[in-house]
Amino acid sequence: MTSYSLILRTAARFLLPLLLMFSIFLLLRGHDLPGGGFIAGLVASCAFVVYLFAFDVAPVRRMLRLDPRSMVGVGLLLAALSGVPAVFFGEAFFTGLWLELELPRIGEIKLSTPLVFDIGVYLVVLGSVMAIVMALAEGEE
Amino acid sequence: MSLMWSTEGAGLLEWVIIAAFALMCLSLGLATLRLLLGPTLADRVVALELMASITVGIIAVYTISSGVSDFLDVAVVLALTAFLAAVGFARYLEKRGHGDD
Repeated sequence: MTSYSLILRTAARFLLPLLLMFSIFLLLRGHDLPGGGFIAGLVASCAFVVYLFAFDVAPVRRMLRLDPRSMVGVGLLLAALSGVPAVFFGEAFFTGLWLELELPRIGEIKLSTPLVFDIGVYLVVLGSVMAIVMALAEGEE
Repeated sequence: MSLMWSTEGAGLLEWVIIAAFALMCLSLGLATLRLLLGPTLADRVVALELMASITVGIIAVYTISSGVSDFLDVAVVLALTAFLAAVGFARYLEKRGHGDD
Protein backbone atom coordinates (compact mmCIF):
# COMPACT_ATOMS: atom_id res chain seq x y z
CA MET A 1 0.00 0.00 0.00
CA THR A 2 1.58 3.26 -1.07
CA SER A 3 1.02 6.54 0.72
CA TYR A 4 -0.93 8.76 -1.63
CA SER A 5 0.30 12.28 -2.20
CA LEU A 6 -1.82 15.16 -0.88
CA ILE A 7 -0.94 17.35 -3.88
CA LEU A 8 -2.04 14.67 -6.31
CA ARG A 9 -5.28 14.07 -4.39
CA THR A 10 -6.19 17.75 -4.41
CA ALA A 11 -5.33 18.07 -8.10
CA ALA A 12 -7.32 14.96 -8.98
CA ARG A 13 -10.45 16.31 -7.30
CA PHE A 14 -10.31 19.39 -9.51
CA LEU A 15 -9.19 17.60 -12.67
CA LEU A 16 -11.89 14.92 -12.74
CA PRO A 17 -14.91 17.20 -13.36
CA LEU A 18 -12.95 19.50 -15.70
CA LEU A 19 -11.72 16.64 -17.84
CA LEU A 20 -15.13 14.96 -17.96
CA MET A 21 -16.58 18.27 -19.17
CA PHE A 22 -13.84 18.54 -21.80
CA SER A 23 -14.55 14.98 -22.94
CA ILE A 24 -18.25 15.72 -23.39
CA PHE A 25 -17.31 18.88 -25.32
CA LEU A 26 -15.11 16.78 -27.62
CA LEU A 27 -17.88 14.18 -28.00
CA LEU A 28 -20.54 16.69 -29.03
CA ARG A 29 -18.54 18.75 -31.49
CA GLY A 30 -16.78 15.80 -33.10
CA HIS A 31 -18.96 15.69 -36.18
CA ASP A 32 -17.41 18.66 -37.99
CA LEU A 33 -14.26 19.39 -36.00
CA PRO A 34 -11.47 17.36 -34.36
CA GLY A 35 -12.97 15.19 -31.65
CA GLY A 36 -15.51 12.40 -31.64
CA GLY A 37 -16.38 9.38 -29.58
CA PHE A 38 -12.98 7.75 -29.53
CA ILE A 39 -10.85 10.65 -28.31
CA ALA A 40 -13.60 11.80 -25.96
CA GLY A 41 -13.67 8.32 -24.39
CA LEU A 42 -9.89 8.43 -24.01
CA VAL A 43 -10.02 11.82 -22.28
CA ALA A 44 -12.77 10.57 -19.95
CA SER A 45 -10.76 7.48 -19.08
CA CYS A 46 -7.71 9.71 -18.47
CA ALA A 47 -9.83 11.64 -15.97
CA PHE A 48 -10.74 8.46 -14.10
CA VAL A 49 -7.16 7.16 -14.29
CA VAL A 50 -5.87 10.37 -12.63
CA TYR A 51 -8.42 9.78 -9.86
CA LEU A 52 -7.38 6.13 -9.63
CA PHE A 53 -3.72 7.08 -9.26
CA ALA A 54 -4.54 9.63 -6.58
CA PHE A 55 -6.93 7.47 -4.56
CA ASP A 56 -7.44 3.79 -5.20
CA VAL A 57 -9.32 1.33 -7.36
CA ALA A 58 -12.31 0.96 -5.03
CA PRO A 59 -13.50 4.64 -5.08
CA VAL A 60 -13.29 4.68 -8.89
CA ARG A 61 -15.26 1.44 -9.10
CA ARG A 62 -17.92 2.95 -6.87
CA MET A 63 -17.99 6.14 -8.92
CA LEU A 64 -18.44 4.35 -12.24
CA ARG A 65 -21.45 2.42 -10.81
CA LEU A 66 -21.43 0.15 -13.86
CA ASP A 67 -18.79 -2.54 -14.26
CA PRO A 68 -16.42 -1.43 -17.08
CA ARG A 69 -17.04 -4.67 -18.97
CA SER A 70 -20.80 -4.20 -19.01
CA MET A 71 -20.14 -0.60 -20.09
CA VAL A 72 -18.40 -2.01 -23.18
CA GLY A 73 -21.46 -4.18 -23.84
CA VAL A 74 -23.90 -1.28 -23.48
CA GLY A 75 -21.75 0.86 -25.78
CA LEU A 76 -21.60 -1.81 -28.47
CA LEU A 77 -25.35 -2.33 -28.27
CA LEU A 78 -25.97 1.41 -28.57
CA ALA A 79 -23.62 1.72 -31.55
CA ALA A 80 -25.29 -1.21 -33.31
CA LEU A 81 -28.78 0.10 -32.56
CA SER A 82 -27.92 3.49 -34.09
CA GLY A 83 -27.94 1.84 -37.50
CA VAL A 84 -31.44 0.42 -37.13
CA PRO A 85 -33.69 3.52 -37.52
CA ALA A 86 -32.48 4.10 -41.09
CA VAL A 87 -33.99 0.75 -42.11
CA PHE A 88 -37.50 1.93 -41.19
CA PHE A 89 -37.12 5.00 -43.39
CA GLY A 90 -36.26 2.91 -46.42
CA GLU A 91 -32.57 3.80 -46.37
CA ALA A 92 -29.55 1.51 -46.17
CA PHE A 93 -28.48 0.23 -42.75
CA PHE A 94 -26.38 2.85 -40.86
CA THR A 95 -27.45 5.78 -43.04
CA GLY A 96 -27.19 8.92 -40.93
CA LEU A 97 -30.54 10.45 -39.97
CA TRP A 98 -30.93 13.97 -38.62
CA LEU A 99 -33.68 15.24 -36.41
CA GLU A 100 -33.88 19.02 -36.13
CA LEU A 101 -35.79 20.31 -33.12
CA GLU A 102 -36.83 23.88 -32.59
CA LEU A 103 -36.94 24.45 -28.84
CA PRO A 104 -38.59 27.61 -27.45
CA ARG A 105 -35.75 28.99 -25.33
CA ILE A 106 -32.64 27.10 -26.33
CA GLY A 107 -32.89 27.33 -30.10
CA GLU A 108 -32.25 24.74 -32.76
CA ILE A 109 -30.90 21.36 -31.74
CA LYS A 110 -29.75 18.72 -34.19
CA LEU A 111 -30.02 15.14 -33.01
CA SER A 112 -28.66 12.41 -35.21
CA THR A 113 -27.93 8.72 -35.34
CA PRO A 114 -24.16 9.40 -35.79
CA LEU A 115 -24.29 11.05 -32.36
CA VAL A 116 -25.81 7.88 -30.89
CA PHE A 117 -23.06 5.88 -32.57
CA ASP A 118 -20.43 8.23 -31.11
CA ILE A 119 -21.89 7.83 -27.62
CA GLY A 120 -21.63 4.07 -28.09
CA VAL A 121 -17.97 4.38 -29.13
CA TYR A 122 -17.37 6.65 -26.11
CA LEU A 123 -18.74 4.00 -23.74
CA VAL A 124 -16.78 1.20 -25.40
CA VAL A 125 -13.48 3.12 -25.19
CA LEU A 126 -14.10 4.27 -21.61
CA GLY A 127 -15.12 0.77 -20.51
CA SER A 128 -12.24 -1.07 -22.12
CA VAL A 129 -9.54 1.37 -20.94
CA MET A 130 -10.95 1.36 -17.40
CA ALA A 131 -11.14 -2.45 -17.38
CA ILE A 132 -7.46 -2.69 -18.41
CA VAL A 133 -6.20 -0.04 -15.99
CA MET A 134 -8.21 -1.37 -13.05
CA ALA A 135 -7.02 -4.92 -13.68
CA LEU A 136 -3.41 -3.68 -13.81
CA ALA A 137 -3.80 -1.59 -10.64
CA GLU A 138 -5.37 -4.50 -8.77
CA GLY A 139 -2.72 -6.91 -10.02
CA GLU A 140 0.01 -4.63 -8.66
CA GLU A 141 -0.91 -5.29 -5.06
CA MET B 1 -2.59 33.27 -40.74
CA SER B 2 -2.32 34.87 -44.13
CA LEU B 3 -3.68 38.12 -42.74
CA MET B 4 -0.73 38.45 -40.39
CA TRP B 5 1.85 37.74 -43.05
CA SER B 6 0.72 40.62 -45.24
CA THR B 7 0.72 43.37 -42.61
CA GLU B 8 3.62 45.73 -42.13
CA GLY B 9 6.59 44.27 -40.26
CA ALA B 10 5.29 40.78 -40.85
CA GLY B 11 8.80 39.45 -41.22
CA LEU B 12 9.25 39.54 -37.45
CA LEU B 13 6.55 36.97 -36.64
CA GLU B 14 7.83 34.75 -39.40
CA TRP B 15 11.36 34.87 -38.00
CA VAL B 16 10.22 34.28 -34.43
CA ILE B 17 8.27 31.21 -35.49
CA ILE B 18 11.23 29.81 -37.42
CA ALA B 19 13.57 30.50 -34.50
CA ALA B 20 11.16 28.86 -32.04
CA PHE B 21 10.87 25.77 -34.22
CA ALA B 22 14.65 25.55 -34.60
CA LEU B 23 15.27 25.90 -30.85
CA MET B 24 12.62 23.33 -29.97
CA CYS B 25 14.01 20.86 -32.50
CA LEU B 26 17.44 21.35 -30.96
CA SER B 27 16.12 20.73 -27.45
CA LEU B 28 14.20 17.68 -28.68
CA GLY B 29 17.51 16.33 -29.97
CA LEU B 30 19.24 17.01 -26.66
CA ALA B 31 16.37 15.37 -24.75
CA THR B 32 16.66 12.32 -27.02
CA LEU B 33 20.37 12.19 -26.21
CA ARG B 34 19.58 12.18 -22.49
CA LEU B 35 16.94 9.50 -23.07
CA LEU B 36 19.52 7.26 -24.76
CA LEU B 37 22.45 8.01 -22.43
CA GLY B 38 20.63 8.56 -19.10
CA PRO B 39 22.51 6.63 -16.43
CA THR B 40 19.46 5.99 -14.26
CA LEU B 41 15.84 5.24 -15.05
CA ALA B 42 14.77 8.53 -13.44
CA ASP B 43 16.90 10.46 -15.98
CA ARG B 44 15.14 8.71 -18.83
CA VAL B 45 11.72 9.43 -17.34
CA VAL B 46 12.55 13.13 -16.99
CA ALA B 47 13.84 13.17 -20.58
CA LEU B 48 10.56 11.63 -21.81
CA GLU B 49 8.56 14.23 -19.88
CA LEU B 50 10.69 16.99 -21.37
CA MET B 51 10.07 15.63 -24.87
CA ALA B 52 6.32 15.66 -24.26
CA SER B 53 6.45 19.25 -23.00
CA ILE B 54 8.49 20.37 -26.02
CA THR B 55 5.97 18.67 -28.31
CA VAL B 56 3.19 20.66 -26.64
CA GLY B 57 5.25 23.79 -27.37
CA ILE B 58 5.71 22.78 -31.01
CA ILE B 59 1.96 22.29 -31.39
CA ALA B 60 1.34 25.71 -29.84
CA VAL B 61 3.77 27.44 -32.22
CA TYR B 62 2.30 25.53 -35.17
CA THR B 63 -1.15 26.74 -34.09
CA ILE B 64 0.10 30.33 -34.35
CA SER B 65 1.83 29.78 -37.67
CA SER B 66 -1.12 27.98 -39.30
CA GLY B 67 -3.89 30.01 -37.64
CA VAL B 68 -6.00 26.89 -37.04
CA SER B 69 -6.91 27.13 -33.37
CA ASP B 70 -8.33 23.58 -33.26
CA PHE B 71 -4.79 22.26 -32.85
CA LEU B 72 -4.77 23.68 -29.32
CA ASP B 73 -7.08 20.83 -28.24
CA VAL B 74 -4.43 18.39 -29.40
CA ALA B 75 -1.95 20.20 -27.16
CA VAL B 76 -4.35 19.97 -24.20
CA VAL B 77 -4.84 16.21 -24.64
CA LEU B 78 -1.12 15.64 -25.13
CA ALA B 79 -0.26 17.60 -21.97
CA LEU B 80 -2.83 15.56 -20.06
CA THR B 81 -1.41 12.27 -21.33
CA ALA B 82 2.13 13.38 -20.46
CA PHE B 83 1.01 14.22 -16.92
CA LEU B 84 -0.60 10.78 -16.58
CA ALA B 85 2.58 9.12 -17.83
CA ALA B 86 4.63 11.08 -15.29
CA VAL B 87 2.38 9.98 -12.43
CA GLY B 88 2.42 6.38 -13.65
CA PHE B 89 6.22 6.34 -13.89
CA ALA B 90 6.49 7.90 -10.44
CA ARG B 91 4.29 5.14 -8.99
CA TYR B 92 6.40 2.51 -10.72
CA LEU B 93 9.66 4.03 -9.48
CA GLU B 94 8.30 4.29 -5.95
CA LYS B 95 7.19 0.64 -5.89
CA ARG B 96 10.39 -0.70 -7.31
CA GLY B 97 12.72 1.25 -5.01
CA HIS B 98 16.00 2.94 -5.94
CA GLY B 99 18.40 1.28 -8.26
CA ASP B 100 20.27 2.00 -11.44
CA ASP B 101 18.64 1.36 -14.79
